[in-house]
Amino acid sequence: MDATALLLSRLQFAFTISFHIIFPSFTIGLAAWLTVLEAMHMRTGKPVYRTLFEFWLKIFGVAFGMGVVSGVVMGFQFGTNWSVLAKMSGPIQGPLLSYETFTAFMLEASFFGILIFGRNRVPPWFYLFSTAMVALGTTLSAFWIMVNNSWMQAPVGYVLEKGQFAPDDWVAILFNRVVWVRFPHMLIASYLTGAFCVAATGAWYLLRRTYYVEARVMLRMGLSLAAVLLPIQLFIGHLVGDYVHDYQPAKFAAIEARWHDEQPASEVLIAVPDSSTESNKYAISIPVLGSIIGSMSLTSKEVGLTTFPPQDRPPVIIPFFTFRIMVGCGLVMLGLAWLGTYVSLKHRLERNRMLLWGIFLSFPLPWIAILTGWYTAEVGRQPWAVYGVLRTADAMTPFLTASAALTTLILFVLVYAFIFSFGTYYIYRLLRAGPAGIPTTEPREAAPNRPMSMADQPPVGARSYISAGE
Amino acid sequence: MVMFWVALLAISILIYLLLDGFDLGVGMLFGLAKNEKDRAEMLHTVAPVWDGNETWLVVAGVILWGAFSAAYAILLSAFYIPVIVMLLGLILRGVAFEFRNKALASRWVWDVAFSGGSLVASFMQGAMVGALVEGLEFTNGEYSGGALGWLTGFAVLCGIGLCLGYALLGACWLVRKSEGAVRATARRQIPVLAIAVLVFLIVVFAHALTENLPILQRWTDRPYLFAFPAIGAAAALVLATSILRHDDYWPFHMVATIFVTAFGTLALSFWPYMIPSVITIEEAAAPHSSLAFMFWGEGLFVFPLMLLYIVIGYRVFRGKVGPMTDHY
Repeated sequence: MDATALLLSRLQFAFTISFHIIFPSFTIGLAAWLTVLEAMHMRTGKPVYRTLFEFWLKIFGVAFGMGVVSGVVMGFQFGTNWSVLAKMSGPIQGPLLSYETFTAFMLEASFFGILIFGRNRVPPWFYLFSTAMVALGTTLSAFWIMVNNSWMQAPVGYVLEKGQFAPDDWVAILFNRVVWVRFPHMLIASYLTGAFCVAATGAWYLLRRTYYVEARVMLRMGLSLAAVLLPIQLFIGHLVGDYVHDYQPAKFAAIEARWHDEQPASEVLIAVPDSSTESNKYAISIPVLGSIIGSMSLTSKEVGLTTFPPQDRPPVIIPFFTFRIMVGCGLVMLGLAWLGTYVSLKHRLERNRMLLWGIFLSFPLPWIAILTGWYTAEVGRQPWAVYGVLRTADAMTPFLTASAALTTLILFVLVYAFIFSFGTYYIYRLLRAGPAGIPTTEPREAAPNRPMSMADQPPVGARSYISAGE
Repeated sequence: MVMFWVALLAISILIYLLLDGFDLGVGMLFGLAKNEKDRAEMLHTVAPVWDGNETWLVVAGVILWGAFSAAYAILLSAFYIPVIVMLLGLILRGVAFEFRNKALASRWVWDVAFSGGSLVASFMQGAMVGALVEGLEFTNGEYSGGALGWLTGFAVLCGIGLCLGYALLGACWLVRKSEGAVRATARRQIPVLAIAVLVFLIVVFAHALTENLPILQRWTDRPYLFAFPAIGAAAALVLATSILRHDDYWPFHMVATIFVTAFGTLALSFWPYMIPSVITIEEAAAPHSSLAFMFWGEGLFVFPLMLLYIVIGYRVFRGKVGPMTDHY
């Protein structure tokens, strides 16, 4: 086994999965929102819902495309770089991923075509149905991925048989506590991503004094959904922390930067953990709070990292800081969502440009929270690929050379950087142009659902504010 | 249970070959199109269905992983470079569908990505099949051929062969789905491609004879295998006459039949091995509890649903397409 190849393989997996998660976390929420918009348009007949649907569908299309192609890579990377893991855990992870493909990918891929191209070819109810099926597909996909990853975090329901993890209790694999706190956590995170992007876009238009009607709907729907979901998310996040405390004590200790057993334990708010001296520098901590968070007790003993032999400890710096960044983003989002909803209920949001700027600039926060949350979970699981039973170092393809791994890593970085820069640029251009669309050289179909035909049309002056695309 | 999953794996690979085969073929021919109008029309014949088509590759991949974990681990790690390059090709091809319509000045970038990605992905798929047929280097059950062990003259030949085959399938699809200039061009390309594929098949067969590849013994053991090439030859004849009659419907089905027979020939020559002379189907099979879990849900209920999705998708988008009429 080649140590450089191992490092490069880990980097490659981290890079490709981080790139991938950006898109599904956005499209899961967006698909649900599109379904709501289409249903509301069918029920109320208000053109604003249809305008917003068509507008966000374009953005959905670009993001979904990037999510699909970067997701296909993941299904094969277990075999290319991690063939020992693939062989050993294949009997469990393989069936789970196959359920994902059968129930989710096929559903969303098949109905996505109808969503983009089929408006005039199917009856309205079937179009709504197709939208809902895409949303269902993205949600199911998240479910199976969380089952899969949760099994790697807390393996259950298997026996070791002929060098493989043979499943002997699928109910335990599917319906354990770890799955059922982590799946809602991820799903709500995706809805929050969608909600914040929609609200930020609304804020952006109001700041630019354009698309008032659409902007108000986007802000109202985005902020109120976020305001409701965020406290739930913080609570579920706490439950996720509870499972880590019970099943992965070393990861929990790393997140808390707790080096030695403490009773009662203090909570390190911020510090610079130093693994060479097994202590924290510049620590600010609160006594007893660590026991309360860990065990809901004033006196409990909490485990420290030095309890574990050095080769079984995760890195400390990364989980410690990524966890705090995630929580920080969550709290900022909570503040913005509650304040924004309150001010908006008082009908003062449009005049409060400071707050609008805050909401507009907040759109990266859910992504930062999702990425740092995943880094906490995955780096904190180290040195294990399957927690407690298979080390990452032993999971790699034994004959993989550093040069092969380096070649593919470079190729991935080049291709992903290329499509990411163009993809985000196209999304930015669509968002900037707004629901009226980008003027192109091609003749476009007549669309009676454009904002021009709306009853409550904004002043002409506002519309001419839109700058033309390149 | 093992037989059920072998069958489903074979069916999924076959569906992938046929469906993404014409997508990738259209992608390669797209690079030869002369003007924007033709390119837009060609793209539009596959745009609503490509995503579903490509997903069959993932279906085959995850059935392989779940039901035949050991074979999945061996194949993907041995084919490290070609698998990843194929995936990158599919990425560029896939994003081009959406990006092309959003791009203004940079549209040519995505035209190159679309046809280049299709070409690279097709070539790698063919090369991997070629390397499997020829046999990879294994020591004590572990791959020992190195990062480029798959890259042989025969593999390159098979890569080119599959590109030609996909292009032929793509041309027939275009004849079926389009009219005017695009159809006229595709009609001219079909005979050229068909003859090229025929030459390729003869060369491969001659190579197999001269090198005395172990796979040939299957043929002397099982003479009934010759039924497949016979059906393929009959389909080729019908193809030739349908081309001469300027028929739009039959060429695609005949080329598809040739693909089915070629695939059937190859699959049965591998039997009972999953990877020839390395691991058999029985040895690669996952524990019964895995296969049963897959069978009682996705195998029995979801698989037929997936076939239904194909039917719905192709019914909704049936008939000839005009140039970009329903795109937003």
